[in-house]
Parts: sequence; C-alpha cells; structure tokens
Amino acid sequence: MSIIKADNLNYDYLEYGEDGEKPEITHAVRDVNLKIKEGQFIAILGHNGSGKSTLAKHMNALLVPTGGTMWVDQMDTHEDDEVWDIRQRAGMVFQNPDNQIVSSVVEEDVGFGPENLGVPTDEIWKRVDDSLRKTGMIAYRHHSPNKLSGGQKQRVAIAGVMAMKPKCIIMDEPTAMLDPNGRHEVIQAVRDLNKSEGVTVILITHYMEEVIYADNVFVMDEGRLVMQGTPREIFSHVDELHELRLDVPHVTQLAHALRLKGLDIPEGILSIDEFVDAIMKIRDGGAVSDERKQALGENPEERENKADRENPSLT
Amino acid sequence: MSIRLDHVTYTYSPGTAYEMHALKDVSLELPDGHFIGIIGHTGSGKSTLIQHLNGLMRPTSGHVYFNDEDIWGEKYDRRNLRFHVGLVFQYPEYQLFETDVITDVCFGPKNQGLSEEDRMKRAEEALRQVGVDESLFRKSPFELSGGQKRRVAIAGVLAMNPDVLVLDEPTAGLDPMGRDEILGTVAGLQKQRGITVVLVSHSMEDVAEYVDQLIVMNHGEKAFDAPPREVFSHYKELEKMGLAAPQMTYIMHALKERGLDVDVHATTIEEAEESILHALGRK
Repeated sequence: MSIIKADNLNYDYLEYGEDGEKPEITHAVRDVNLKIKEGQFIAILGHNGSGKSTLAKHMNALLVPTGGTMWVDQMDTHEDDEVWDIRQRAGMVFQNPDNQIVSSVVEEDVGFGPENLGVPTDEIWKRVDDSLRKTGMIAYRHHSPNKLSGGQKQRVAIAGVMAMKPKCIIMDEPTAMLDPNGRHEVIQAVRDLNKSEGVTVILITHYMEEVIYADNVFVMDEGRLVMQGTPREIFSHVDELHELRLDVPHVTQLAHALRLKGLDIPEGILSIDEFVDAIMKIRDGGAVSDERKQALGENPEERENKADRENPSLT
Repeated sequence: MSIRLDHVTYTYSPGTAYEMHALKDVSLELPDGHFIGIIGHTGSGKSTLIQHLNGLMRPTSGHVYFNDEDIWGEKYDRRNLRFHVGLVFQYPEYQLFETDVITDVCFGPKNQGLSEEDRMKRAEEALRQVGVDESLFRKSPFELSGGQKRRVAIAGVLAMNPDVLVLDEPTAGLDPMGRDEILGTVAGLQKQRGITVVLVSHSMEDVAEYVDQLIVMNHGEKAFDAPPREVFSHYKELEKMGLAAPQMTYIMHALKERGLDVDVHATTIEEAEESILHALGRK
C-alpha cells in the first residue's frame, strides 16, 4: 500500500515584478507521478532549484498541488478537513536545527507536537520518553536545546516528530549544516527508526554517501522526476548524474574512471569492500589467490566479518 | 603578506564558571600565496582561529603578526588590516543587504574610500571573477539563487582586493556541482591574483583536492600542520578526533592490506586511479 502517492502533480506559482508588470509563471513541479510504499527508505536527489523541496512540502500538505493530486495515507491533501490528520501522519524535519526549536527544555520541545494534537498528559510523557530513547537523546531530556550540538538538535527535532506517531518522516536536507559526526548521528538515528519502527523515511540530501542506504532513489531536475531506481541503478549512470549537476560517491567515481581505462569493474559499485573485491578479482584473473586464502585463514575472526560484508556475487 | 600566530591562547569568560579555552597555545604560519585548509570538528576552535587572523578577536595571550607587525601593537591600524585580510563567514548570503547586486559589492570599496568610478571597476571585476553574469548586476540580491547569492557575497570581499581571503565553509548547503564551482573559482583566484586562501572545511575530499597545507584543530589545539597527504596518513588519529580521511585513503589502505602494491598516500580520485593502474601493471 502506498503511504505517499502523487498523480500528475504540478505546482506553479506566480512571480510578480515591479509596477504592475505581468506576473511570470514558474513551474516548480511538473507532472510528477510517484508511489512510496509504507516502511521504505527513500532518497530524493536534485540540484539547488530542481524542485525537491517543493515536492517534499506537498507530502505533508504545507503546499497543495495546483494540478493533479497528492495522496498521503489515502487522504487527498486538497481536503481542508484532513490537513491535521495528514500532518500527524507525515512529519517534517528541516535543514536548520535552530529554526525548529520551540521550547527551552528538550523534553518540552518533544512534547509540543502531541500536546497540539490533544493527546492526554500521561500519554504525552510516555511518548516523549519513548521518542527520546529511540533517537538516543534521553540523557539530554532536561537540557536546554541551545547547548546541544547540531546533530543532537536534529535528533531532538526527529524525536519531536516521532512523538506524534507518524507513519512517515520527511527530511529536507537535515544534515546540510552539520559536521561529519553530526551527519553520521542523524543518518544513523533515522535508519534505526526506519528498521525498528517501520517508519517510512523520505530523505532529501546533497550528500551521495547518505543515499546508498536507501531502498529507492528519486532524481529531480527542473521540476520533473527524471530518474528512479535503487542506489546501485542510479549510481551506474555517472555521466547522466553529472549532467544533472549531481555526483556519485567517490568510490563509485573511481570505479567508473577505471572502467573507462579498460578494467573489468561492474558499474554502480557503492562500498569500499565491493571495490576492493572487484580489483582483487582482476588481479587474480578471477581466482582467489593463495595469498588471500592465507590472509583470511590466518585471522578467522576477520574472515567472518569480511564474509558478512561481501557481496556473494563477487566472490 | 604572511600571517603568523605566536603562542596564541584565547579564553572565553576568563575567571568565571564558564571559562573555556577556545585556543590553546597555537603557533602557525600562513605563508604568502598558499592555499591552506583548516579542518576540525564543531567546537574545535576553527572559527575562533580565523577571527584572530584579521583582528576581530584579541588573543588572551600570545601575538598575531601580519607582515611581521604585531596587529595588537599600540599604533597598529586594524581597520586597514581588515581590507588586507578578507573574511567570508558561513552562509555569507544572509549578509547581503543592498538594493542591487553591484551596490552591495561596492560597499567594501566604498568604506575603503575609493571614488565612485574605482568602486564600480573593482566590483565589476570581482563579480566577473566569481562568475556572476552582467545581466544580474542590477537585480536585487534576493532574486538570485542560493549559489549566485553566495558568489555575490564572496565578490563583496574580493572587491576590497585582499591579500588573504579566508572562507568559512563556503560550500555548505550547495549541490555537488555548486560545491565544485565555488572551489574551482576560489582556486582560480588564488592562482590568478596570487593571493593566500584559507579554507575552513568539513569535507576531507575537498581539502585533499585543493590545498597545499592542512591545519587540523582539535580541542583548541593545533594537532597537525602539513601537506594533506602527510596529514591523512595519520587517519587513525584523525578518527579519534571525530574526523576521517578521504574515502580514497581507506580504499588504498584496504588494497594494500590485500597485497596490492599501491600508494597509500593517494588522496584524490586521479591519484588513486593512476596508482591502481600502475599496481595492476596496466600502465
């Protein structure tokens, strides 16, 4: 069943010039059709101004389509009566952690959402507890959000959304303002929520490394949906992505460059382990070398770890 | 026009319960015409450090020298120093304020006391160098895209003709191509104008590609100060500081461990490509 479904979604807005000039129409989203299944981890890519944020704002009725329909958990976002239900089902986390804090104490900040939904007090506290625990922020419940790091603030924002018991979290570049540690914390937290709670995650990002965990990737350009597929499928199109002002993970780029030089490496390599295995296969002419068997044999613990990570089709 | 920090310590709220050492005994030199990177996790002292470079902050102890002159010396003209050392803050586009692009860029030169004609010349040159098209000069800065605004903001500092350009995370929030464009532009400027560029960054890939000298800050102290290849060979120590090496470093070490004779110091895609082809006997 689709939690999010767009049918020929279009969004136009008018830009007014000075002194009564005729307004110009901007087509921010054009003819987008997509379906997102419950429990999926989805990434949306696209350069600045490609329409990704505009599309995302349709997913919890912050914007309604000027053409076509957006369905959120079978509700049409055009229906004014359903807006509050929609926003409870689909929560949004924005880029700037400092813009989404409403309270001076972490636990009150997290309780703000359910309180607005009219949830009874006991239940609010239970939810606050629960969501702070799931985002790893329970130790900070009595802290002031201002004293937290960027990654911690974003996890508080995610806890605030979780406390509304949504089916879906939409995150618009949640890591853009964070350092590598903060980015890692936030991505780890949402991946955990996606796995353990089954929450649908829609992640908009410019960091290609964050995309490789997604079940499905959508690529936007000039308001249109131009590519969709698994990360491996999407990142197999290195040159097309560059034309769309996007990038691929560096390991994928290196594999692509070597492939162009005539090495027999598959397209769409996503991890260092995959890459190293592919190179070793080339060196050994397909067979596993004695040296490698020895290396693995000498350290059984390492072999277990490696076997875990390795893609069976490559060994 | 080198900048030298000599045993600089900066303490916030000294003598109170909130006392915090943001910089601890930092000595370093930023030589003329170099491209220098500064990395470190949030709170490591990077921003405090760069605000010492043009005298926005005064060391609690120690000295800052510009061209061998102590910038906190009695008669030193710090206002003038700020025209020589231009600072571009994070998200500089939030600081655009004029009614059109070119007037905004003229603001710095105007404060320098340049004539209307000279200001315009400086502004036009700076805007061209950062790749802002002439058709945008008379537009309101608020009509531009994020990437364009950021270029205008950088031009505003460039128009003062600084000898040193300091940029605090100039690519935050931009798409991948926007990141490459801004850094490519900055690298070009450094070569064309022969100025010193100081780049504060969270991206190891970016510093690996562009800088000749890399300074690593950790808890207010200078942890490393060397060419990037050398710094990244300490990747295990970097990880302990909450940092990492570029993905290439990890790939090269993994290949080496499996017995392929590659250069573990390769940090860019081009270097890695070269070294792998060589090791496989394809070159």
